[in-house]
Amino acid sequence: MTALKPLPHDSAPLHVTGRAPYVDDIPLPANALHLAFGLSPVAKGRIATIDIAAARAAPGVVAVWTAEDLPRRIDVSPGAHDEPLLAEGEVHYAGQAVFLVIAESHLAARKAARLGKVEYEEGTPILSVEEALAANSRFEDGPRIWQKGEAAAAIAAAPHRLSGSIEIGGQEHFYLEGQAALAHPEEGGGARVTCSTQHPTEIQHKVADALAVPMAQVRVETRRMGGGFGGKESQGNALAVACALVANAFGRPAKMRYDRDDDMVITGKRHDFRVDYEVGFDEAGRVRGIDFTHYARCGWSMDLSLPVADRAMLHADNAYHLPAVRITSHRLRTNTCSATAFRGFGGPQGVLGIERVMDGIAHALDMDPVEVRRVNYYADARLPGAPPEAGRSPEYLGQDKGAGTGQRFAGALAGAGKRFGADHSPPAPMAEAQTTPYGMEVTDFLLNAMTRRLLESSDYAARRAAIADWNAESDVLKRGIAFSPVKFGISFTLTHLNQAGALVHVYQDGSIHLNHGGTEMGQGLNQKVAQVAATVFGVDPAQVRITATDTGKVPNTSATAASSGSDLNGMAAKAACETIRDRMADCLAGLHQAKPSDVVFEGGAVRIGGESLTFNRAATLAYENRVSLSATGYYRTPDLSWDRIAGRGRPFYYFAHGCAVTEVAIDTLTGENRILRTDILHDVGASLNPALDIGQIEGGYVQGAGWLTTEELVWDDRGRLRTHAPSTYKIPACSDRPGIFNVALWDGENAADTVYRSKAVGEPPFMLGISAFLALGDACAACGPHYPALDAPATAERVLAAVKRARG
Amino acid sequence: MKVRFSLNGEPCEAEAPPTRTLLDWLRETRGLTGTKEGCNEGDCGACTVMVTDESGARALNACILFLPQIEGAAIRTVEGLSGPDGQMHPVQREMITHHGSQCGFCTPGIAVSLAVAHLNGRRDHDAVLSGNLCRCTGYAPIVRAAEAAEEAEVPDWMRDAPVGGEARHGGATEPGREGGIGRGTDWGEAAPALGTGASDEGDPGEASGGYRPRSADELAGWYLRHPDAVLVGGATDVGLWVTKGLRDLGTVAFLNGCADLARIEEVPGGLRFGAGVTMTRVMEALAAPLPSYAAMIARYGSVQVRNAATIGGNIANGSPIGDNPPALIALGATLHLRRGDEMRDLAIEDFFLDYGRQDRREGEFVTGVTVPVEAPTFRVWKISKRFDQDISAVCGAFLLDLRGAGGADNLRDPREGGDPPLIAGARVAFGGMAGVPKRAAAVEAALAGQPFTRATMAAAAARLGEDFTPMSDMRASAAYRLEAAAGLLTRYHADLTGAETDVRRITA
Repeated sequence: MTALKPLPHDSAPLHVTGRAPYVDDIPLPANALHLAFGLSPVAKGRIATIDIAAARAAPGVVAVWTAEDLPRRIDVSPGAHDEPLLAEGEVHYAGQAVFLVIAESHLAARKAARLGKVEYEEGTPILSVEEALAANSRFEDGPRIWQKGEAAAAIAAAPHRLSGSIEIGGQEHFYLEGQAALAHPEEGGGARVTCSTQHPTEIQHKVADALAVPMAQVRVETRRMGGGFGGKESQGNALAVACALVANAFGRPAKMRYDRDDDMVITGKRHDFRVDYEVGFDEAGRVRGIDFTHYARCGWSMDLSLPVADRAMLHADNAYHLPAVRITSHRLRTNTCSATAFRGFGGPQGVLGIERVMDGIAHALDMDPVEVRRVNYYADARLPGAPPEAGRSPEYLGQDKGAGTGQRFAGALAGAGKRFGADHSPPAPMAEAQTTPYGMEVTDFLLNAMTRRLLESSDYAARRAAIADWNAESDVLKRGIAFSPVKFGISFTLTHLNQAGALVHVYQDGSIHLNHGGTEMGQGLNQKVAQVAATVFGVDPAQVRITATDTGKVPNTSATAASSGSDLNGMAAKAACETIRDRMADCLAGLHQAKPSDVVFEGGAVRIGGESLTFNRAATLAYENRVSLSATGYYRTPDLSWDRIAGRGRPFYYFAHGCAVTEVAIDTLTGENRILRTDILHDVGASLNPALDIGQIEGGYVQGAGWLTTEELVWDDRGRLRTHAPSTYKIPACSDRPGIFNVALWDGENAADTVYRSKAVGEPPFMLGISAFLALGDACAACGPHYPALDAPATAERVLAAVKRARG
Repeated sequence: MKVRFSLNGEPCEAEAPPTRTLLDWLRETRGLTGTKEGCNEGDCGACTVMVTDESGARALNACILFLPQIEGAAIRTVEGLSGPDGQMHPVQREMITHHGSQCGFCTPGIAVSLAVAHLNGRRDHDAVLSGNLCRCTGYAPIVRAAEAAEEAEVPDWMRDAPVGGEARHGGATEPGREGGIGRGTDWGEAAPALGTGASDEGDPGEASGGYRPRSADELAGWYLRHPDAVLVGGATDVGLWVTKGLRDLGTVAFLNGCADLARIEEVPGGLRFGAGVTMTRVMEALAAPLPSYAAMIARYGSVQVRNAATIGGNIANGSPIGDNPPALIALGATLHLRRGDEMRDLAIEDFFLDYGRQDRREGEFVTGVTVPVEAPTFRVWKISKRFDQDISAVCGAFLLDLRGAGGADNLRDPREGGDPPLIAGARVAFGGMAGVPKRAAAVEAALAGQPFTRATMAAAAARLGEDFTPMSDMRASAAYRLEAAAGLLTRYHADLTGAETDVRRITA
């Protein structure tokens, strides 16, 4: 089936030759205007005076706008109407836009933005979790609390108890392409916007609001992003709106792109969290009751903080069945940039909380941390009819040329094979259904079997013993090894977002034009969806023309987020293609006095009975017989119901799983550390494209490990971000990837009826980076008898501090 | 200012202000948008281009490369990696085959870095890519692509000839060797478009805002008349004054045409580096005599940064976190200065007076540094959040004179017993611990005359607080800086007595 081939990214030849255009590469008319924001250097204050005379007089400057110059109140928030485009009297964080420079060139705009003289009556900013709690500065009236069972009583009754806390830092997206937007004025008002966004419909909506025109007068196009990772879900609104307003006011195209430092100062990042916990457990390490308190630093505006904090709560169980649990979540408003979506969307913080607890229990009981995890796992799905773990033979996907690269396999570490096909009956109900803290039954859990397989393939037990021996002999350096699993819920938790549309045209020559609501940010979504379309029509994917995402073609799209891109858009495209295919089949069946069900689309041909014609000829025939060869497709995820206030329901269509074993080394004198080896086994259902899926896993792991190691955001005591450039904010470099890096796909199908039984892959593997963090903790623990309680990110400085704690 | 060079094989002339960057010129003037702006400060590598002069081909960051710096060179951008008929370069093909691109924005820079390394026969791919950030792939597929392309033949079109020099045959320099711009050659001679600075031409720097001397003599005379001018070596620091500080530099001199400042000479007991020698060449020259120093430089910036940055620039800018000064201070290096015709030598530790203030008079400039290299017990280490392409939180350099019990040549694992050698003298210097790079006097005093034991090192480390009151910033806290500095003193003993101390040297 075409849908399952490991084809390269459709843009790869353009990427490597420099011919793939991004927003900033689009040639502009000579009269184009360029924009830059003047930013507040203070985190909280009232604007006393604004003197923009010098900026207005600077070379190349066309105009400078403050909030008063805007035609109306302009909001650029994704929903809460709490983000004015330009500050209105008050500033709420260092980096907030105060005025807008409109100039003849990017450089002229940037230079003039430094010439605005704004005086502030500075207030005292609320920066930390503690300050926000003390001031009761928060979103929503109070903390959100979800519970299942009686956690306090269960903890009190448990044979063992443990409490603690972990600090979890935020993360800058560091998409290589900074935020960028370009707007052309349109006849009759409105705008045509080209921008680097994961959410074209929201850009359309915000631009229409700003221009006070109906959405139909705004068209937004996104061909590709140079990385998104959640950072282009809401953070591009301000640029697109500013460009559209300027384009309308001057009748000239307007472009805005943030300089890297501005980008890092202005835009939101992953929420930093503190997670406090108290747990009661038995001698076997089994959790009896647990109480989590999440403190999320949300920044100055609401943005997407509520669903992010919700998702942290939704993943507070990760892979573990918690009989009694209480989760309290504080969403704190602070005078910092507004924290936003970032791959995992709060999930990683929730997962890290309970992974810390699992490690704490293991240390307290002197157990292997993997055993503690396994005794707490949910039960695996019941899988009738198939022998356990009867896998296929390995299909080798990558080369192995010694150290440094590791291997890629699909199906190498096989599970029970294709057991979930539509022909099978659904799994029998559990004797006692296990439910998540929010009351959803877990019926498709795979991690017991996956863990068994990964521990075996990574030689975990023997290596753990060898590391202990090595550590006993090694004075300065210590090694650590750790396993961590992830179970990640797939679906937008705002239920109405779980819908998608597609538009497909088959032209009379048989070429296929594909459009859907998802956006391409590097994940290969377009290629996957093209493979789906090609599969329906039985043609080569190269025959499917992938086009830019365009609000004029597919309306009312959801952000490409929540890992949902191929689930939603693949299904919508499949529906559209099937509509056209069925019309063609009807037509051809009529011409051949056959049944439509006897018309087969395969291998670039269409077969009817004994006859065969090319797909292209079939398209021509259908056209000549006056068959419509254009169709829309639509999909909405079934079986969802969710009450976010009560914390009850079925927010997810299914779960995706993965697990990793990571080995690290630390220097106990300086805290310097390295990842030495990583083995991953990940569940993507029946992969739509194993090469692209493994790419997401490798990249997600390294990004997750970066979050928890070198990537440290530092604000000073006045609330100014000090790490606002790659010189000070350190994402992983090439040599930071694991020295040995083995990634394998679990060979199975999605139990849920997704597109060709595949599973989402964007976010779940990010959390496998947690195994690197846990391994660093394990290495610290080798230095002494005490629990090292490593905080994140585990910079050399924090590792050294943990070594000292371990020594006591 | 007019600058002549070749671009993707075609001769080319650019008329631009002297601080116009190659990146802006490529994208905005020539519409060559394959070269990307990722950070505009030389840290991400999305703008990487290949620059060839007589000393060979190297990767440089176009975002902090001023046009006058490429006078006479050959530039190849990602658009020029493919052949005249559109055939792909082997690294481009393998990047596709091995799924080395996802979002694609870093990819052009990565393709250029890989192609330059391929041309030069390098196979140390992690080092080659140390200056190319990728946020999508986790790098493994990119390294697989680089490995797969290793054996492929270098395409003919990759062998550029600089405008100023002869066509190069055989193309590749020795594996692993990449020279610096203006390496020992006078390619200003063949590039008459620029002001040469000869006195009968008046002061070209004043007219155009940019001056490109061909020798230290020319520079010396001119700089006396323009003591407020900015001297640009590799522009890895000054470049940011322009791209991030948005400063107008006024009168500028580009020193990369001064062949006599780019020489490395053997002198008794040491090497004399001209101020214009790039860090890449310093690393190569020190690899054999001072491997610890060379290993530290391997973590100094990235390939692109080391290919541009000069040792003179790193010293002259007086940064408290420059990585050469602590090493040079511990080694007892001598700095060479010149003002007009007046030459002056100075112990390098005396050059750094206070934060932002050096012992450099008006019109005086650094011409070079002489580094003693007979120092088997010399060690230098930097501590930063990331191994590659990061700025030191702490950089510590150590040179102990070990005598007796076999001295430095016969150090043994202390667990084997026997008398340790005596520390006859100690030179210990740190960067990142004060407003200037400086020696640790109290630590040195605590070491001198003591047996070389771990206990001695610990006792000396306890005195770091007398020498330094470091600051807390985004790189590290004051407390960590002191602890890590103490850790390095212990590491020195462990390393010299045979323990494994480098997490980068062990494997799973």
